[in-house]
Amino acid sequence: MRLLKSHSLLRLLNSYVVDSPQPANISYLWNFGSLLATCLVIQILTGCFLAMHYQSHVDFAFNSVEHIMRDVNNGWLIRYTHANVASFFFIFVYGHIGRNLYYGSYKSPRVLVWSIGVIILVLMIAIGFLGYVLPYGQMSLWGATVITNLLSAIPLFGKDLVELIWGGFSVSNATLNRFFSLHYILPFLLAALALAHLIALHTHGSNNPNGISSNGDRIAIHPYFMFKDLITIFFFFLVLSIIVFYYPNLLGHSDNYIEANPMSTPASIVPEWYLLPYYAILRSIPNKLLGVLAMFGSLFILLILPLVDVSRIRGNQFRPAMKLAFWFFVVNFIILMWIGSQHPESPYLEIGQVATAFYFIWFLFIVPAIGLAENTLMDIAIESK
Amino acid sequence: MLSRLPLAALKSSGALGASRSTLSNVGTRSASQVRFASSSSASSSAFQSLFTSRASLVSVTLFSAGSIAWYTHLYGSLPFIGEVHANSLADDGLHPGVYPWPHKGLFDTFDHASIRRGFQVYREVCAACHSLDRIAWRNLVGVSHTADEARALAEDVEYTDGPDDAGEMFQRPGKLSDYLPPPYPNEEAARAGNGGALPPDLSLIIKARHGGADYVFSLLTGYVDPPAGVEIREGMNYNPYFPGGAISMARLLFDGLVEYEDGTPATTSQMAKDVVTFLNWAAEPELDERKRLGLKAVILFSALFAVSIQVKRFKWTAIKNRKIIYKPPVDKAH
Repeated sequence: MRLLKSHSLLRLLNSYVVDSPQPANISYLWNFGSLLATCLVIQILTGCFLAMHYQSHVDFAFNSVEHIMRDVNNGWLIRYTHANVASFFFIFVYGHIGRNLYYGSYKSPRVLVWSIGVIILVLMIAIGFLGYVLPYGQMSLWGATVITNLLSAIPLFGKDLVELIWGGFSVSNATLNRFFSLHYILPFLLAALALAHLIALHTHGSNNPNGISSNGDRIAIHPYFMFKDLITIFFFFLVLSIIVFYYPNLLGHSDNYIEANPMSTPASIVPEWYLLPYYAILRSIPNKLLGVLAMFGSLFILLILPLVDVSRIRGNQFRPAMKLAFWFFVVNFIILMWIGSQHPESPYLEIGQVATAFYFIWFLFIVPAIGLAENTLMDIAIESK
Repeated sequence: MLSRLPLAALKSSGALGASRSTLSNVGTRSASQVRFASSSSASSSAFQSLFTSRASLVSVTLFSAGSIAWYTHLYGSLPFIGEVHANSLADDGLHPGVYPWPHKGLFDTFDHASIRRGFQVYREVCAACHSLDRIAWRNLVGVSHTADEARALAEDVEYTDGPDDAGEMFQRPGKLSDYLPPPYPNEEAARAGNGGALPPDLSLIIKARHGGADYVFSLLTGYVDPPAGVEIREGMNYNPYFPGGAISMARLLFDGLVEYEDGTPATTSQMAKDVVTFLNWAAEPELDERKRLGLKAVILFSALFAVSIQVKRFKWTAIKNRKIIYKPPVDKAH
């Protein structure tokens, strides 16, 4: 027998990424998984090299980043890659989640895969936020101040909790140090969760565009999906190269090239683009505590999808009403992203409130209502025969 | 497999049957070619599949996305909705124009003669108030000056070094490894010398301002008299490009202020252009190398992308040409 199949560790590799049978009909939308794994590897590698030159001290952090940009050999390449792959990480994770929503991949028997995935998303957001603080520019400092202050809305112990996180009475050297420590360690937790994601997936295998069992038609990862995944990986590298080498600061904010100054607040504080929808939801609700709850709720509400989607059909391939609802959700998410980048004033505030309401209504009413209607119509059709 | 059936094939059942039967014969030909072949008999259906084929869908989508990207590239803001940023326009100051910087294009590098002139403008004009902390004399070597020239410039400046063997600090002429000298010893001195305003360090100014090089150029050349009704405090100056309109820095660039060693006429806009080019280099010293490496990366990854498509198609040939036959049980009526 080949070593790949008899060796106690290699056989795991074989069973997961070499011989594993995949549905023959999965489309390119099933390539996000390998792209995300690629992103994680790139981030850990570039991050490791950045940490060799970075200094997590309020007086030196900004200078050490500029030292990386100017004096370290190809340091600008490592840093720009790290900063931009973070954005691609989120582009892919949103694509991955969108694919799941469209094709009902969260439905039984993949509820565990979905739940681990939602935890990964929340952890990714936390890691992204921690990383954005490290260059210690103006947006780093004030973004950290705004976001950590959110926790002060928690009744009774909120203020104490915030000071515990800061390690002082404001975002300070202690905060920066612990953020660096966490930004380094949490990605390994993320990698472990990603493995758990894979293990949970392995039992039943991937969903497919038709939403029905694919056991009748499966082909091995190698060579078929290995080479299919390579296409999107190289395409990703191509697009990434264009961004890193020609538009490296496209997704950044110019204020973060101003060294952090606790004495001067920037004209506007905006988070990274991938956090804008949640920021919009936060600001749409006038009460601080409820706003914070809504912001975290907007992430964790993804967990209830397997419960509220009562339809007997998995995926939207054969559900025209749900297709429409899906695209409404996507457009609404983009609207929230846009609102998050605007000043909280009329008419953006009102648009944001409507979009926030729609976001929650989609999960709580639209998805179950369409499922119920479909099931009822199906029952009527079967009974009348 | 239903999801992979082309839209046009679903339009008529006749075409559907035809495309299925051709599919098993044509070997490696792609589905879209098959679709054209199956519907070429009637011109109306040929037109129909021309408009509804996946190739048209992809190309029209790419055209649409590409035109948005091109518009954004040309005008610096997204079409219809304008630039996406958090400030309202009133706080932002007048939007700077879009200028054709020599280093702007994908294949363009810095105009190094302009960097050299810009350094002269910085040294003779800006350096009176603004520091350039992140640039050392050595950075100029091979960019705007020769090693000897840069060394000579450094030696003009006295740096405090030490302590020596006796424990005393001493003055010595600058070396290539020294950083450009700041005009003020500390922030308080800078504020005291400028009516309370702090002249920012210019090392990163192009990256640290919204609008970048266009903004700084517009600011330097944009001083005008305040419009009627706008009150400017004593010691402040009106500049429509500056957020809020009132800026502590007065207009400094006037025609003929410096004398360029290469004989270029030192007009206001020429000096502004040169100093902004210099500052852009100071903010992004890696730009030339970055774009060169970028072209290499694009060559490498586009080639790998192309090869990966070929390999995938080769590996999948057998799968793509399978014939799936459904044999209904004979004892059932349907």
